[in-house]
Amino acid sequence: MAAHEHKLEIFRGLWKFKSNQQKIWGVLVFLTFVTAIEVILGIYKPDVLMTPLMSPFEGGFFATLGNILFSPVIYMKLLNLIFILLTIVKAYYITWDFMHMRDEKGSLRKMVVWTGVFLICYLIFILLQEGGYVFEVYNGDDSLIKRDF
Amino acid sequence: MDSTVASTGTEGKTWGGGNRPLGASYGKLMMWFFIVSDALTFSGFLAAYGFSRFKFIESWPIADEVFTHVPFLHGQELPMIYVAFMTFILIMSSVTMVLAVDAGHHMNKSKVTLYLFLTIIGGAIFVGSQAWEWATFINGDYGAVQTKGGNILQFGEYVTEDGKEKFKRISIDDFAMTVEGQRVEHERKNGLWFVDEAPLPEYSVSEIYNGLAANENILVRTQTIDENGQKTVLSREESLKQVKDNGQLVVKGANLIVNEYGTSLFADFFFFITGFHGFHVFSGVVINIIIFFNVILGTYERRGSYEMVEKVGLYWHFVDLVWVFVFTFFYLV
Repeated sequence: MAAHEHKLEIFRGLWKFKSNQQKIWGVLVFLTFVTAIEVILGIYKPDVLMTPLMSPFEGGFFATLGNILFSPVIYMKLLNLIFILLTIVKAYYITWDFMHMRDEKGSLRKMVVWTGVFLICYLIFILLQEGGYVFEVYNGDDSLIKRDF
Repeated sequence: MDSTVASTGTEGKTWGGGNRPLGASYGKLMMWFFIVSDALTFSGFLAAYGFSRFKFIESWPIADEVFTHVPFLHGQELPMIYVAFMTFILIMSSVTMVLAVDAGHHMNKSKVTLYLFLTIIGGAIFVGSQAWEWATFINGDYGAVQTKGGNILQFGEYVTEDGKEKFKRISIDDFAMTVEGQRVEHERKNGLWFVDEAPLPEYSVSEIYNGLAANENILVRTQTIDENGQKTVLSREESLKQVKDNGQLVVKGANLIVNEYGTSLFADFFFFITGFHGFHVFSGVVINIIIFFNVILGTYERRGSYEMVEKVGLYWHFVDLVWVFVFTFFYLV
């Protein structure tokens, strides 16, 4: 039984640990910190963060394309964007340090991460786009559906 | 570093199962494949939740107003606190799991046993917390009236707290007025002997209406979200008119058919997604218990490798990973 190799630094080498156990506790501290930020933001909801960063582009085809490409900063409240980004940060450290992705071969890492990320992004794009469209159908000026009765 | 259990006699050969390009054992690789497919299942659910939410973006319930309860702190509105506690428990049990894996690498049987035990305890606390969360959600707190169109009308009044005027919810129990001569639940012994009826709601719409008419301060709140991100509160006349004309059913709590907090889809997705996740946690606990006994019996000690702990650990961390996303999309965003 050979010794298992662990990469003992996180944040691109900014934080180095002496042993694997120490790294685990370090990651726990970081994850708890991120969750605490989320909870505090979720309770106080600062007014500054309650609006999107940009307003939608007006115009033709390229405006629509721009709205799709920049949809996270155009249609999403800044607070929600921060929540999602922090969630992805947490997911990264759970996968990389708790699931030892950091110590796996690059090919295994890419096989899992690229496949998942690609398919999930695709699915989310399709379903959210469609959900927004159905909303328009329900609530447009020429809508034939009445729900307020 | 040969951590596979069985040796196939084909090591080093290009064909026949030797020569591992990904540098991971068969079991670990299969666990990763499973995790990828399970991640796609969960993202399918969460994306479907997003679809339905976008479809009803103007009337979706506000999670902070739904999940406000903390055990032993009755009557206080504390959004986020309990679910943050659950998240911390799950992350903590992930930590003990990864410590168990680490102890396994050092072939330290007693430490693996201890950490696995702590992991099981953490998982059990989480499942229990989720059961409590479900029970609270199902029982409901304020009650509401459902309209013919399936919309929800909630009740409350404006109060001034710390110099700020805010809308405070009022429970239907506090103002509903009992009307004599209401219909009673049909039972086999007093009607058709071959027909059952589901229990009637605690109050009828006319009882709620009478209570509303008698209390000048109470207003109706619809599920429509205004430009400030708050639910719309109707005027006194509108309130009475809505309940009288459109009210159909008094609902308290939530199930798969009705939901006092807003659109019933919200409750459906809540039960389905957290239920599916809770089922994963539950099976994770069961698998953990199985390998816990294997560790005690010395199975992995004799095998010369604690890789099984590592594989189950991967599953356990994945469950934690999913929760991080469920937490964000159900409680935060």
